Amino acid sequence: MRRFLSLRDFDWTLLGFVLILSVVSVFEIYSATLHTKFVGFYRFQILWLCGGMAMMFLMSVIDYHLLLDIVHWIYGFFMLALVGVLATPKVMGARRWIKLPGGIHFQPSEWVKLVLIVIMARYFAGLVGRELTWKDIFKAIALVAIPMLLVLKQPDLGTSLTYSPVLLVGLFLGGIDWKKGAILILAVILGAGGIWMSGKVLKPYQKARLTSFINPDADPKGTGYQIIQSKIAVGDGGVFGRGATRGTQTQGDFLPIPYTDFIFAAFCEEHGFIGAVIVLLIYFLVLMRLIQNAQTAADLPGTFLVMGVVAVLIFQIAVNVGMVVGLMPVTGIPLPLMSYGGSSVLFTFLALGMVMNVRMSRFVN
Amino acid sequence: MRIRLKLSMPRRWAVRRSEVAGRGEKVPALKLTVFQYVIAGVMLVLVSGLWRLQVVGAQNYRALAQANRIRKVPILAPRGKILDREGRLIVDNYPSVSCFLVRDQGHDIAPDLPLIARGLHMTVDQIDAVLKKYRLAPKYQPLPLRQDITPDEQEFIEAHRDEMPELETIQEQRRLYPKDGFAAHLIGYVGEVSEEMLNDPQYAAYEPGDVVGRSGVEASYDQILRGTDGSEDVVVDSHGREMGKLGMEPAKPGHSLRLTMDIDIQRAAENALGDRNGAVIAMDPHTGEILALVSRPTFDPNDFAVRISRDEWSKLISDPEHPLLNKAIQAQLAPGSTFKIIMSAAGLEEGVAQTLNVHCSGGVSFYGHYQRCWVHGGHGEVNITKGIYQSCDVFFYTLAVRLGIEKIAKWANAFGIGVKTGIDLPNEVAGTMPSEEWKMKNFHQKWYPGEVTSVGIGQGAVTATPVQMMRAIAGITSGGALKRPHVVNLNDPENGIPQDFRTALEESYSGSGDRTVPFEREDWETITDAMADVTMPIGTDPSAHLEGIDFAGKTGSAQTMSNALAARLGHAHSMHDNAWFVGVAPRRNPDIAVCVLFEAGEHGKLAGRLAARVIEAYVNKQRRLQHNLVAEAPKKIEVSAIWSIPGLPNDGKQKPVMTAIYAGHFMTNGNE
Repeated sequence: MRRFLSLRDFDWTLLGFVLILSVVSVFEIYSATLHTKFVGFYRFQILWLCGGMAMMFLMSVIDYHLLLDIVHWIYGFFMLALVGVLATPKVMGARRWIKLPGGIHFQPSEWVKLVLIVIMARYFAGLVGRELTWKDIFKAIALVAIPMLLVLKQPDLGTSLTYSPVLLVGLFLGGIDWKKGAILILAVILGAGGIWMSGKVLKPYQKARLTSFINPDADPKGTGYQIIQSKIAVGDGGVFGRGATRGTQTQGDFLPIPYTDFIFAAFCEEHGFIGAVIVLLIYFLVLMRLIQNAQTAADLPGTFLVMGVVAVLIFQIAVNVGMVVGLMPVTGIPLPLMSYGGSSVLFTFLALGMVMNVRMSRFVN
Repeated sequence: MRIRLKLSMPRRWAVRRSEVAGRGEKVPALKLTVFQYVIAGVMLVLVSGLWRLQVVGAQNYRALAQANRIRKVPILAPRGKILDREGRLIVDNYPSVSCFLVRDQGHDIAPDLPLIARGLHMTVDQIDAVLKKYRLAPKYQPLPLRQDITPDEQEFIEAHRDEMPELETIQEQRRLYPKDGFAAHLIGYVGEVSEEMLNDPQYAAYEPGDVVGRSGVEASYDQILRGTDGSEDVVVDSHGREMGKLGMEPAKPGHSLRLTMDIDIQRAAENALGDRNGAVIAMDPHTGEILALVSRPTFDPNDFAVRISRDEWSKLISDPEHPLLNKAIQAQLAPGSTFKIIMSAAGLEEGVAQTLNVHCSGGVSFYGHYQRCWVHGGHGEVNITKGIYQSCDVFFYTLAVRLGIEKIAKWANAFGIGVKTGIDLPNEVAGTMPSEEWKMKNFHQKWYPGEVTSVGIGQGAVTATPVQMMRAIAGITSGGALKRPHVVNLNDPENGIPQDFRTALEESYSGSGDRTVPFEREDWETITDAMADVTMPIGTDPSAHLEGIDFAGKTGSAQTMSNALAARLGHAHSMHDNAWFVGVAPRRNPDIAVCVLFEAGEHGKLAGRLAARVIEAYVNKQRRLQHNLVAEAPKKIEVSAIWSIPGLPNDGKQKPVMTAIYAGHFMTNGNE
């Protein structure tokens, strides 16, 4: 069977929106690092974006069915890698990377997102058509829970949390019935409460971060500091913003890490409500476009793949922007396509590449 | 084309192979639509969050952002200088550098402590004590580590700025007072504003850490001297690093203050009293201007300019000699025979003393008690004049009995005994003038007529301060014109004292003020002539005689306890009599009045000699000024003679910088 992949079918509209966000990201990283020792990091971001773009094109020509076929091996490999990470020495209180020869820092937890999207797509696509049994559900939960716990152990709460939307979307689209869904939700609430009370799984600082957003003024010099400064930065922007490179919160180093996790706060301060709404609108358009691609996918696994990507992206956007405006706790989840950082860029573009392939395969038979 | 892998998933996973899975099937479109609505909902929530911060709360957050980055750095206003009546500098400021410890630099200071201690000439324990004292202070507040550091300590801090960013220096102006406690009680000292003061509405304008006058002129004229701190708006980043300046409001320096004190007279008084305990106060009776004010023992106000240590402070306040007490206005003691001038005035005005003649045989009996005269052999026939110059006790016992306590109290009160004089210095005391009413009020007892005799010689319940005695006798010798003593001329335009401050000051230092007691000219002449005889060979103090100077006065040797009590206690140190002398020159309408209290000086004539030296200095100076006698050119007093060098032991070695700053400021004649 011959497959026809045509560049005409490549999603240029989606790429256009993504490029706009990337350019905004580079400009904001430039501005936010202007008075810090990270000045010039925007250049690295351009390199990451170019690399990411290349990976996206590469990914878009790999048939996603191939990925679906071999994903259990990849999954196994990454579980081993996550265990391996835990054997490395701690850097700044956490273990996240495996050092490879050639100075490359390999961070398995970012890649696991992608692996989970694929394995959930394969798993649930295979189950469609009949009612999900508890056995099916627990298998799916186990597939996601293993890497979640391993990553939580690093400890990296933020990344570990980003795995959960993949499972949720799988369960939802896979056809869980309302009763089981309700029982699951109840169980999750009770389980979360139990974890919280036990004090075993979550470190005290993680707990403090999770609660300080509710009342950041309780500890204005400690855990509440980031939330307070972020809200001040966003509010300082007003409707029209202070202008590029002129946000005092961003430039005065009051805003914590304004080029990664809090880049949206920096953007809000310098470009105001109008700029922020435009950026959110572009994100919205990107997501709508992705859902459209999911609808037109040739087969169920394709739909599941794209929706897995949508789930991860909307989760990250909601948690990150929610954190920046003080509606969500500080979890260390970057804003896709905006935050500085190679891992985040690579994940996003690989995921988009996969979506492109699903789209391009829609007329292939 | 699909690749088949031999290594496939274990069968027991029950996951169907993907090539079969879901082909041709579709997820219901409704579920994807639900997703679209969920995403739209999330976006709306996020936009509403932005709206809340950026549209509704924009002003509030803009203000918070400004408060974040703009730090108001105070510019401390230098305190006004204090000058003498001729504009000669007494108190100045000097630039001083203090070292602070900044803790929120993200830098662990513990390993640096030994080096810091070495560089700042401290011990690690001392630094630990500072850290402990401020352990509850917020992290961003710099801790005062060491005040008034030396140039080599500054150099040490500069040299280690990179390794030890926690050390910060701040330049401020500190008070420089004359050395050896020269005029210390008059000038006072400054210190950090205390907790109690901050709760007092009078000190509403002060903030914790502010320097405030705590005693003397520094306290009573604090508002004039302190000035207004300015501030500078500095743009900082989150580490407190300066990124630029926005604007500044310059500090308004305090107004300098000209005292009525004359350095020349003050020096004479200081030198006259020497190391003796007591007080000397001199005044111009025409105006009430204080020309000199000395109290002994003294203290060095420079110890307070740099934050005083707990040890030094407790040493000062627990000293049995009370060096911080300003005895000129705070020592209320029996005035002894100096009180006889007030008795004389009362007796003459009541028409009793003119005709009173007593025979002094060394003692007299009243109300069944035999009372001795200080001359055991007796004075023989005594009238009012001899009673004054020979200070005959028998004469004044008799006068007191004739007058009765009520008339004595009336006149003594009129001359300001038992009432504050209202001198513009803090914490003046009123002394005591007994009366029938006073006794009833304080002891719930009737006045016993026999008590009046000891009042007649300034003993018993009568107590007065040197400033009260000086003012009373200056008033009597000025024909009844009593003035409110003051150390600052409120009307002097150079002092620039605002009207409301003047009113407030007169209210807070209330006293009997300026008043004239109607006085018969004849009586006035009788008293002043008799006082002039005191320094004559026939008087009690010929040793105080000044050739060519009309120096009149009255001695007093006051028992510090009753004879009976002294006998019971045996010969203790405290039973030495206090020597008093109140003198004026010339005898009528004097230009200067002096009161000397020489504690445990035994006899008033010893105090009289000290008073004579002050009078002499004053008269010599006036003569020189009047006759333009500049043959003897006033010689400059070396700076180090007046100011001790802060931070250095007082060994006469000078810091060259300080000499350069103060050379030529201070000039006085070197007669003394």
